[in-house]
Amino acid sequence: MRRLLVMSLTALALAACEREDREYRANPVTSETNEKIALSPLSAGPSGPTEQRSGLGKEYEENAYHISQGQRLYVWFNCNGCHANGGGDSGPALMDDRWIYGGQIGNIVQTIREGRPNGMPSFRGKIPDDQIWQIAAYIRSMGRNVPKAAAPGRKDDLSPGPAEQRRPPGEVIDGGQTPPSAQMPQ
Amino acid sequence: MGGARLALSVALSLILQPALPLLAQSTLPQPSAPPFAVTPEDGQWSIPQKNFASTRYSDLSEINTDNVKSLQVAFTFSTGVNKGQESAPLVVGGTMYVLSPYPNILYALDLTRPGAPMKWQYNPKPAAAAQGVACCDVVNRGPTFANGRIFFTTLDAHVVAVNAETGEEVWKTKLGDINRGETMTMAPLVAKDKVFVGISGGEYGVRGWIQALDANTGQSVWKAYNTGPDQDVKIGPNFKPFYDSDKGKDLGVTTWPADAWQQGGGTVWGWLSYDPDLNLLYHGTGNPGPWNPNQRPGDNKWTAGIFARDPDTGEARWFYQTAPHDLHDWDNINELILLDMEWEGKPRKVLVHPGRTGFLYVIDRTTGEVLSAKPFHALTAVTGVDLQTGRIQYNSEKEPVNNRVIRDICPTAPGAKDWNPSAFSHKTGLLYIPHMNMCMDWESVEPNYIAGTPYVGAEVRMYPGPGGHMGEFTAWDIREGKELWTINERFPLWSGALATAGDVVFYGTMDGWFKAVHARSGEVLWQFKVDSGIIGQPTTYRGPDGKQYVAILSGVGGWAGAIVSGDLDPRDGTAAKGFANAMRELKNVTTKGGTLYVFKLP
Ligand code: HEC
Repeated sequence: MRRLLVMSLTALALAACEREDREYRANPVTSETNEKIALSPLSAGPSGPTEQRSGLGKEYEENAYHISQGQRLYVWFNCNGCHANGGGDSGPALMDDRWIYGGQIGNIVQTIREGRPNGMPSFRGKIPDDQIWQIAAYIRSMGRNVPKAAAPGRKDDLSPGPAEQRRPPGEVIDGGQTPPSAQMPQ
Repeated sequence: MGGARLALSVALSLILQPALPLLAQSTLPQPSAPPFAVTPEDGQWSIPQKNFASTRYSDLSEINTDNVKSLQVAFTFSTGVNKGQESAPLVVGGTMYVLSPYPNILYALDLTRPGAPMKWQYNPKPAAAAQGVACCDVVNRGPTFANGRIFFTTLDAHVVAVNAETGEEVWKTKLGDINRGETMTMAPLVAKDKVFVGISGGEYGVRGWIQALDANTGQSVWKAYNTGPDQDVKIGPNFKPFYDSDKGKDLGVTTWPADAWQQGGGTVWGWLSYDPDLNLLYHGTGNPGPWNPNQRPGDNKWTAGIFARDPDTGEARWFYQTAPHDLHDWDNINELILLDMEWEGKPRKVLVHPGRTGFLYVIDRTTGEVLSAKPFHALTAVTGVDLQTGRIQYNSEKEPVNNRVIRDICPTAPGAKDWNPSAFSHKTGLLYIPHMNMCMDWESVEPNYIAGTPYVGAEVRMYPGPGGHMGEFTAWDIREGKELWTINERFPLWSGALATAGDVVFYGTMDGWFKAVHARSGEVLWQFKVDSGIIGQPTTYRGPDGKQYVAILSGVGGWAGAIVSGDLDPRDGTAAKGFANAMRELKNVTTKGGTLYVFKLP
């Protein structure tokens, strides 16, 4: 009886490990997903930029669990210190429709990893890759660029405005805002 | 918003004020500027404070209460940067100096030629990444002039000296590291061949300090921290604070949880004053870090207070803490105005200071004794200042609790009044205070220290105070400790004030009006709509043609105006650390800008 219990527990544990072992989670700290994306809608030649997306982004941004993890990590890594709850502070607003460096999930992942010149720190090596995707998915939810059912509901904290879930579906306008770098002369 | 409750607590706090001593006040003379600040008017405006006593008063009187209504634009100039313009235009000889926000470009304009064309520009090329670690827009509070040089700080924490004639760089010294959240925004003060500057970054867990640099070489002469062991703070045998709570060994360590002083704030980003007779340099210290007070039990010395230091060695002489164990981000870096006045029958050298706490402090600047502290803002978070112990009395109901929203806290995080300096008229003896009328909700949350990112731990949203307006321009009778008149403004006042011998006082509003008011009655005598909201410091000077001019930079921004200058999304009330909640309408009345306006009589 006891042996059976131990055996079944072991089996259960193994099975649990199996379930946790998602394909895209090779080595969360060192490995990096490598989406082939472009920052500009322009390309040399009339065809438009060459891009190759794995579909990973869709998996993240349509998943309520990932988005809610992203919401937690967004505060954990102090993103809110510079971007508030999406309305912006020293960093630009993330809940609006205007994106300097691209508002597709792949662009946002790049932004978090590499940093951006006018004061966005690089988080490469500081945030595991899958968590970067989760945060990026949460950011996509701020402007309701994710399915309503997956977007977060009301938080327990001081309400900054309507919850992500109650916002009207958004649309992303890439390059719609003049980057701060263009606001200086010379 | 609990208006009635608010009104009640405001009334209560007024009643709880220590009663005025029963003196025949009307016979008392008004305070006056100390002798070192009343030198004959040279018609220049060479440092933002105008003089070492920081009175921001000019003896020029060509523009007066009768003719000010005909003021007109003499010339304009674009700084080329659409961010908050907090700087003061300076005039030395026939040249005007204008400093832009980041990227901190210094322009020299030739006042001897029609239209004041540009003579030269100097670009220190600060690191672009510094913009991310600037808490409240990428502002700069002005250059300063001494001995043929212009000195200023850059956002990426450098101090530069530029030849005022040619625009050539004389020296450039790096004093901070943006990777640790260190930036610089203040106007330096130069005295005794030393450049006094401090670090910004109280929202990033920066350990605050003030430094003296050799004005000729840029080399550091001394550096004093505002947290940590006495040795670092430059506290020694000559440190004689007035109150017992500031006496003891290494209070900069022992009034903090273990090691918390290392990220403890106490930055220096505001105004310095200097008394050459007492040979004392005065500076405030910023809020303790993080904002969430529950992370740092204790008095958190030496944050949120005022230091008097020996300018030669940096040695501390006295300290007074306006907000021990600060609860609400009440930096104490506002202007320190040095005056002489009679107090209870005796002449006193005083320091007058409108604080973020909502009190107008009159402090003996020789000893650090608080003579009076009177409220100039609606108060719910504090009830008074105990003059026996010097301690502010917090209302325990408004003290932050982790993960609970505390409502109707007045004043707000930027305080009853933020950095924008008051002016003292040598003629009327009154203080003109541009300030706010706001309250807030606050939730403390546990912060996470990651160097180079914010260290705050609070969710805030602000809104108008009693009456519904957010700005007030108040003429204050220091002797009596009360306001004479107040002009209400729709938006918070984020511009400085200027007083003149023509009995005209100037200030600007965030919706873009530049106003001239009667120094005695408060009547608005003239106003002019500029291209963007005003958060700058007005100055006045006598031009090479012998006429009086008044100068102001327009260009909204700063913490209060970040919603416009940073394109913030007003749907998030916590944007700009909660200021956006109150400023939604600003987007509908002004756009970004960056223009110098100079006015004269026809
Ligand atoms: C120290 C302040 C700071 C922190 C911390 C910070 N950011 Fe930023 N962020 C910025 C600034 C400033 C920019 C604008 C950079 C530029 O224009 O070059 C920016 C840009 C961005 C952008 C691009 C916006 C656009 O319009 O393209 C995204 C997305 C973003 N940040 C997400 C994050 C996330 C997620 C985190 C936390 C992991 C984070 N940021 C932490 C300051 C910060």
